[in-house]
Amino acid sequence: MFDLSPAEWTAVELSLRVSIVATLVALPFGIAIGWLLARKDFWGKIIVDGIVYLPLVLPPVVTGYLLLISFGRRGPIGAFLADYLGIVFSFRWTGAALSCGVMGFPLMVRPIRLALEAIDRRLEDAAATLGAARFWVFLTITLPLALPGIIAGAVMCFARALGEFGATITFVSNIPGETQTISAAIYTLLQIPGGEAAAGRLVLVAIVLALAALIASEWFARRAGMRFQGE
Amino acid sequence: MSVLAVDVEKQLGAFTLAARFKAVGGVTALFGPSGAGKTTIVNMIAGLVAPDRGAIMLDDAVLFDAAAGIDVPPHRRRIGYVFQEGRLFPHLSVRQNLDYGRRMSRQPRNPKEFARIAQLLDVVHLLDRRPRTLSGGERQRIAVGRALLMRPLLLLLDEPLASLDAARKQEILPYLVRLRDDAHVPMVYVSHDAAELRQIATNVVRLDAGRVVASGGIELLD
Repeated sequence: MFDLSPAEWTAVELSLRVSIVATLVALPFGIAIGWLLARKDFWGKIIVDGIVYLPLVLPPVVTGYLLLISFGRRGPIGAFLADYLGIVFSFRWTGAALSCGVMGFPLMVRPIRLALEAIDRRLEDAAATLGAARFWVFLTITLPLALPGIIAGAVMCFARALGEFGATITFVSNIPGETQTISAAIYTLLQIPGGEAAAGRLVLVAIVLALAALIASEWFARRAGMRFQGE
Repeated sequence: MSVLAVDVEKQLGAFTLAARFKAVGGVTALFGPSGAGKTTIVNMIAGLVAPDRGAIMLDDAVLFDAAAGIDVPPHRRRIGYVFQEGRLFPHLSVRQNLDYGRRMSRQPRNPKEFARIAQLLDVVHLLDRRPRTLSGGERQRIAVGRALLMRPLLLLLDEPLASLDAARKQEILPYLVRLRDDAHVPMVYVSHDAAELRQIATNVVRLDAGRVVASGGIELLD
């Protein structure tokens, strides 16, 4: 169906890898922050809340630039991670995953937070009286009940990551095979004469991937929700 | 005979709760009009609400002592709690709901006990269903079974029949009476319905406006 050239396949494969890694790495943080915002009152909550949602409202170029000066080779966090943990972001696909994760994060946190807020806390009390320590209550009651929201959040983040362009290109540039995702590849192809056909193929791939993500999330959420509607 | 000793005080807005009583074995009814503080007391015994002052003891174990700074968390109290609204876990099957307390308190599997309780409460045919597919009466029976199967030292029942109509109540009460006579778990049974309590209670603590106004036998229900 898609008659893609090897270079185009590389962009598709890279996009998928970047988005999947971004989503999986962001997920534990998303659940933790969602839980914090849903359940805890603490000093500076409004600031944490603001920072989480900031990438949603900032121009992506600004987010990308902020990532560049903090996570770049000479940025304070980037230098630390490179020197002590050997993790390098600048001009690597890992940097693309980071910027995609940051851009998708607010979309991930929101449904998780709402799902956690919607949980009947009295069920958690009931679990405690049955002998479950707090950690087990979270694992056996809270998380499963929030599952539809967690799935929705993960899919939103994944879809956002697939489409990410501005922050990524600002942070890690547009290097074929390393940081050139589908969006960046389409942009590049449209800059060169005769690139429209190849761009069109990638556009089609982007549409199919986005649709597939939506359908998958609908299916998962329905399955997860079906188990306990009505109570 | 197990002894539950409660001596607690708590300020809740304009409402002052100051209750002191002992429950010795059998089924102790906490009886009184709504707003008397019955549920709050039961929540304190379960460890879900902390008193401002006072102490709660079950036999030799101190569950709460404000002066000594002791407040055993609910999951370590081994006190079963049947809530007014059942509170079954909607994402688990009936079997998993019943088994939850045993799993969480790391007790060994005991199929005989499981079968005995499931039969006693007549829920064997419901084991593979989800809570949402059950009637109100079935749910409450499973809530009772779930609390019993954790092998509690004490069973708290907070208006367990209040959400049911009269016919359903009469359908479930015999199970609770059977429980009283067969299971040998001391119970604290909250209700504002004297007729219901007459069938199940062995002794009575009467509450009004956050205070114990009388305690004794079931003649207090008249």
